[in-house]
Amino acid sequence: MAFDSVSSFLAMGGYAAYVWPAWGVTLALLVGAVIHARAERRLLMRDLKRRERRQTHVSSKEGVDAS
Amino acid sequence: MSHVGPLTLREPRGGLGVAVVATLRRDMTLKLRRRSEVMNPLVFFALVITLFPLGVAPESKLLSTIAPGLLWVAALLATLLSLDSLFRVDFDDGSLEQMMLSHQPLAMLVLPKVAAHWLLTGLPLALMAPLLGVLLSLPAGSYGVLSLSLALGSASLSLVGAIGAALTVGVSRGGVLLSLLVLPLYIPVLIFGTGAIQAAIAGSGVAPHLAMLGAMLAAALMLAPWAIAASLRISLNG
Amino acid sequence: MWRIIHQLGSPKGFYTLSARLQPWVWAAAALLMLIGGLWGLLYAPADYQQGDSFRIIYVHVPAAFLAQSIFVGLAVAAVVFLVWKIKVADMAASVMAPFGAGMTFVALFSGAVWGVPTWGTWWVWDARLTSMLILLFLYIGIIALRGAYAHRDSGSRAASVLAIVGVINIPIIKYSVEWWNTLHQPATFSITERPAMPAEMWLPLLLMVVGFYCFCIALTLMRTRNEILRRESSKRWVRDLVRGQ
Repeated sequence: MAFDSVSSFLAMGGYAAYVWPAWGVTLALLVGAVIHARAERRLLMRDLKRRERRQTHVSSKEGVDAS
Repeated sequence: MSHVGPLTLREPRGGLGVAVVATLRRDMTLKLRRRSEVMNPLVFFALVITLFPLGVAPESKLLSTIAPGLLWVAALLATLLSLDSLFRVDFDDGSLEQMMLSHQPLAMLVLPKVAAHWLLTGLPLALMAPLLGVLLSLPAGSYGVLSLSLALGSASLSLVGAIGAALTVGVSRGGVLLSLLVLPLYIPVLIFGTGAIQAAIAGSGVAPHLAMLGAMLAAALMLAPWAIAASLRISLNG
Repeated sequence: MWRIIHQLGSPKGFYTLSARLQPWVWAAAALLMLIGGLWGLLYAPADYQQGDSFRIIYVHVPAAFLAQSIFVGLAVAAVVFLVWKIKVADMAASVMAPFGAGMTFVALFSGAVWGVPTWGTWWVWDARLTSMLILLFLYIGIIALRGAYAHRDSGSRAASVLAIVGVINIPIIKYSVEWWNTLHQPATFSITERPAMPAEMWLPLLLMVVGFYCFCIALTLMRTRNEILRRESSKRWVRDLVRGQ
């Protein structure tokens, strides 16, 4: 352990203003990428499902008309 | 009544060589007919160089230290300015499509087009640069190197820039995009071009820098035509 | 082996295979980055010269590695796409490029922040930082070119050509910038050329680097799957898949 207390860990030996922003931005980008990818998939699935529903709806209707 | 003989289609003899020379001649003629397009980069070059002393300070000592970089950056931007029109007219009137359909490899046919661009943009810029060097009180003894480095370097700029021009010719408002694509690729040429002039001012050997510029030109000559041809094909399809 | 490669080449095969692969890669990435991160932040000894500010290295170096590797990855995908017409390669390239740009930005940002305690200024025209900045412009160019085409397939091919042109130029740019840097700057204190790092310093770094690579692979798999669904949305198997959910 390089630090003896939580406050000294947060202070980063006086370099807190540099270490934490650098780590923070990196972490934010990584987490943001994951959230974005998950949201992208969710939206895409919703879209595809909606389209599928509409298409099956239309085709079943056509079936009724034809008979 | 004129007699119409049996229709015969024959390849003109000479093949590739004839095609290359004919393309070069055609492009030179067309470009020379639009004088303003040839003049614009030169005027732009002179204007930018005029603006700098006004924006910085008219001290000749300060100006002479930044002169190599200024001249090179201004010449580079002037080349960039002229790139957009490199394939634009031929793209719009369909002659590019004809070139693609011809029997000759497209990669070889774009080479004279790029050569015409260099002859009417890069070379005049290189010849004009010493005049502007005087305005920036560029130290004596570096004027020849200035011209030579610009002449050598701008040939690479034309070749690399043609890739960008070919990629963006089918895109509406491709001008800004073109500069975004091409400028990062220009950096090595800029570094060694200014390096040559600074070496000439410092009195150290100029040859290594010029050799590097030459090497880059050789590499660009070898690889760029294929990239240009591939890019043109993409632009013509999309 | 060849079967797997063949399977990866078709969108459907990639989709099913990546579904099996994905959890493992995510787990590896999370584990490596958690251990490496905590180790680097908590247990690695402070640098004798830079104190605790050197802990930025644990995000700066992996990001810089990824920034460069992803560009090479883009070019490889471009060749695969242009030569063998494998669409999955282009889909992967299209999702890798924004992440690569993001990593380049992170490397630049952390480098600039690190510069304040080390050099006393936010920005120094250091060879590495300068090359990184140019790399960011190259990424932006590729992303912009892909978006500029109205026709998606043309955009894909144009971006592929540019990626290949870029990857040929990167070494030239790197060496010329390094050369320019040595010419114009007196040798300054360099970040990474330090007297050999002790193991408790570089081991967490190694974990972080490998972790970042795993993260990149996992994210690429995940987003390529999305891209496959988007581009193949009218295909039979995608419709069956959607209906089955």
